[in-house]
Amino acid sequence: MSSADLTSERDLPRETPATGDVAPEHDGPRDTGMDDANLDRWLARTWRTPPGIIGALSSVDHKVVARRYLITAFVFLCLGGLNAVAMRIQLSGPQRGLIDPDLYNQLFTMHGVTMMFLFAVPIVQATGIYLVPLMVGSRNIAFPRLNAFSYWIYVSGGIFAWVSFALNMAPDVGWFAYVPLSGPEFAPGKRADVWAQMITYTEVSSLAVAVATIVTVFKQRAPGMSLDRIPLYVWAMLVTSFVVVFAMPAVMITSTFLILDRLVGTHIFNPAEGGDALLFQHLFWFFGHPEVYIIFLPATGMVSAIIPVFARRPVFGHLGLVLSLIAVGFLSFGLWVHHMFATGLPKLGASFFTASSMLIAIPNGVQIFCWLATLWDGRPVIRTPLLFVFGFFFIFVIGGLTGVMLASVPLDLQVHDTYFVVAHFHYVLIGGSVFPLLGAAYFWFPKISGRMMSERLGRWHFWLAFIGFNAAFFPMHLVGLWGMPRRVYTYPAELGWGNINLFISAGAVLFFLSFVLFTFNLVHGALKGALAGNNPWDAGTLEWATSSPPPSYNFARIPIVTHVEPLWAEREAPPVATGLRVDVRELLISTVAEAHPDIREKSATPSIWPLLAAIAVGGTFVYSIFTPWAIVWGAAPIAITLIGWFWPKDDPEDEG
Amino acid sequence: MKRLVSMAFATAGALLLQGCAGWQSALDPKGPAASELAWLIWFFTALCAVVWVLVMIALVVPLMMRSRAQAEPLAIKAGADDRKLRAVMTAVGLTAIVLIGLTLLSFFANRTLAAIGSDAALTIRVTGHQWWWEVRYEDATPSRILTTANEIHIPAGEPVRLLLTSTDVIHSFWIPSLSGKLDLIPGHMNVLDLKADKPGVYRGQCAEFCGAQHANMGTFIIAEPRAKFDAWWNDQLQPAATPTGDEAKAGQDLFLKRPCVMCHRIGGTPAGGTVAPDLTHIASRQTLAAGTLTMSRGNLAAWIADPQGIKPGSHMPVVELSGDELNAMVAYLEALK
Repeated sequence: MSSADLTSERDLPRETPATGDVAPEHDGPRDTGMDDANLDRWLARTWRTPPGIIGALSSVDHKVVARRYLITAFVFLCLGGLNAVAMRIQLSGPQRGLIDPDLYNQLFTMHGVTMMFLFAVPIVQATGIYLVPLMVGSRNIAFPRLNAFSYWIYVSGGIFAWVSFALNMAPDVGWFAYVPLSGPEFAPGKRADVWAQMITYTEVSSLAVAVATIVTVFKQRAPGMSLDRIPLYVWAMLVTSFVVVFAMPAVMITSTFLILDRLVGTHIFNPAEGGDALLFQHLFWFFGHPEVYIIFLPATGMVSAIIPVFARRPVFGHLGLVLSLIAVGFLSFGLWVHHMFATGLPKLGASFFTASSMLIAIPNGVQIFCWLATLWDGRPVIRTPLLFVFGFFFIFVIGGLTGVMLASVPLDLQVHDTYFVVAHFHYVLIGGSVFPLLGAAYFWFPKISGRMMSERLGRWHFWLAFIGFNAAFFPMHLVGLWGMPRRVYTYPAELGWGNINLFISAGAVLFFLSFVLFTFNLVHGALKGALAGNNPWDAGTLEWATSSPPPSYNFARIPIVTHVEPLWAEREAPPVATGLRVDVRELLISTVAEAHPDIREKSATPSIWPLLAAIAVGGTFVYSIFTPWAIVWGAAPIAITLIGWFWPKDDPEDEG
Repeated sequence: MKRLVSMAFATAGALLLQGCAGWQSALDPKGPAASELAWLIWFFTALCAVVWVLVMIALVVPLMMRSRAQAEPLAIKAGADDRKLRAVMTAVGLTAIVLIGLTLLSFFANRTLAAIGSDAALTIRVTGHQWWWEVRYEDATPSRILTTANEIHIPAGEPVRLLLTSTDVIHSFWIPSLSGKLDLIPGHMNVLDLKADKPGVYRGQCAEFCGAQHANMGTFIIAEPRAKFDAWWNDQLQPAATPTGDEAKAGQDLFLKRPCVMCHRIGGTPAGGTVAPDLTHIASRQTLAAGTLTMSRGNLAAWIADPQGIKPGSHMPVVELSGDELNAMVAYLEALK
């Protein structure tokens, strides 16, 4: 590690030359004064992912890892969607005997587990893995091997869950797996163990990504990107990562307690032995409510990135939006109890959580008003990404308002655990997260693939998704108020819910078909789309300053940031900082607040050990659903792979 | 096109009416608690609808007014941001006021609900089981304590106090047209007060996922005039009817010899099981298997012959019976009014 030899003024000159060095023994060729072709050649060789299968499995390039994450999460979205379609076919009429309760209960559990743990959280984090280093002007994410490890953990956890489903061993206790239903007495067999271990296991990957994101944002920002110049999407990922760090351990404790009760015979949740079933719910929802914001906050970041580009002006109220993100992050921890109003809490406590649940609507309102103000003052150009943002407004605002209804204790007592709530959270999660994600897919697709997706198909996709979604989920509000509870595999004809459920099912099929169209557009765009160029939307943030798709080293020269929209402030090429070595993987590390260049730091080289470590950890977790001794035997391969991973090398470039 | 639109409206209208006719609807209140809640639901819905329309207007207007020219980004009109700031701050202030109002409204509704059962004279203990309801009518005189299953009789027009708990997993007690739901949690006792304004039959069902047969865990509240309710209670306290005909007598013998007695109780006979519904007066109930089948000779036979076909996963095992044995058993049970 050597101190950075870059000037640290706020107003850096257009080209900052390197001066001197404190560690001459590590000195090698630098990018200072090197011509472009030569520089590209050096960097391409230093930062490339090695060829061959072993090379592909050992890649630590954040873009490679992120692409895998995105594709995997999309596959899980389709699988979870198929679950939903199967359930909707069963519910399309009263007393349909197509799916028995045993399979149905696995279907809705796998639907919830897949959508929450294998699609929504991973895909927002994957988008962050791809974009955050590019948007802050860095050559790689922090802890690239940990980042690669997180992907292997995630994909093997997902495979574990779906293989158990194929083997008729999938959890059937709901994605929330309340005890005592999931406890040793009422859930014999291995199904609830699969739930418990898969949750603990996949959350390891979320935590790893969160830590890498936080360090990337705080320490790897381009010179001049002070806190007030961080793009809103990056802010959103930063706040999300903090929420992950504080919320995920709560669910990991819940699932660990559950597996201890089931496997080792503790009585943490057993009321007969002094435990308490309600403890599970408190722990679970202390994670479960922030979870909603883990999914939603990155989506607001995407909206904040898309709106200014298509409104053709910087976002209104940048500071207000940042403070709102932080406020939502904090407040999200203060309202878990509104999932538990029907458990018979003391009245005063319940009232407190009504007030705190209402309160979170204020920062969310601030965000919406700022976006509307941006559109008011802009000259909106309606392209597919903005269309999906409009869909987000239309749908998410309904979801937010029904959320206000659910925050009211008495009102919640009628609608809790009914289809009203199913409608509400699909409005919030699909409207608040999936629609922005789809917009983001059209928006950043050129940066990932180098090609454009079809605008015409995009519009068809939008309208199909928009109509299908509302047809499927709006009537659920009504059927919930008419008394239909959630998680029922059938219902009697006398209650008169048949026709409306048929309508809902038709909408659900339509909504699913929109994803078929989207998949076609993705594949078609990747193969045959028009070439995008660096900045097809004329956007203002740094990821558009490099080519599409970006080279393995992201930026040939590290840009210097003088504005929150650097590419708009500098209509020509932005100024750059130089002085980084080109023969080893070097990153520029900057100070937390002002982003002054601080030191040069080595970034990890490709390694197969993260994959091997993930296999060891995964094997241990799978084995542990059969015997607690797995933890003992599994410790050996985990230790061996971690030793291999962290074994000190002669070459200092292999650190980390 | 016009026909399509009118057809769509007709369908939507039919759907809405159908829901209001539902006997398990929160929008069709039949008691003071549900009425208070229905009013709250409508008020919140109306207010939220207004807010949503305002936001949509704010979204659509700039699109209508947009100029076609693609602006150079960063070119912001001087003074425009000050006006936007005032507009945003006003909107935030209004949001806060609306939210405070709704919070206070919830508090007051809570107090109204709490006042409903303050002078309840009747206490009923409801215990959730996978997948049926045990109902015990408490009384100061031990001999008058009555245990039945799945159907709850209450006197109309009087507040009733329900004590809710569970012996296995978490269930949730919910009769939408009378009151909001409350969970039955092992190791906890919850109190739900409710009142039916008029005599009638109100359906409800378990609202918390409780395993394989969560969908078929229905219940009924039957509100009757006080005199009729008292008469019903006295009838239920009587031991089971002694079988008359030969077939029914054979049915009773069969019942007492088979594993049925391990789980079920029939008052006045040696059968004393408590893990399954009390059958002393089973034929006086409107349904079988917690609201799954209407009470009839055919359904009784179907249920005994194949409980796993009707409620897969339920804890009622198949007891091997010949055709004659089944007929005898049904004849016996059918007479337990």
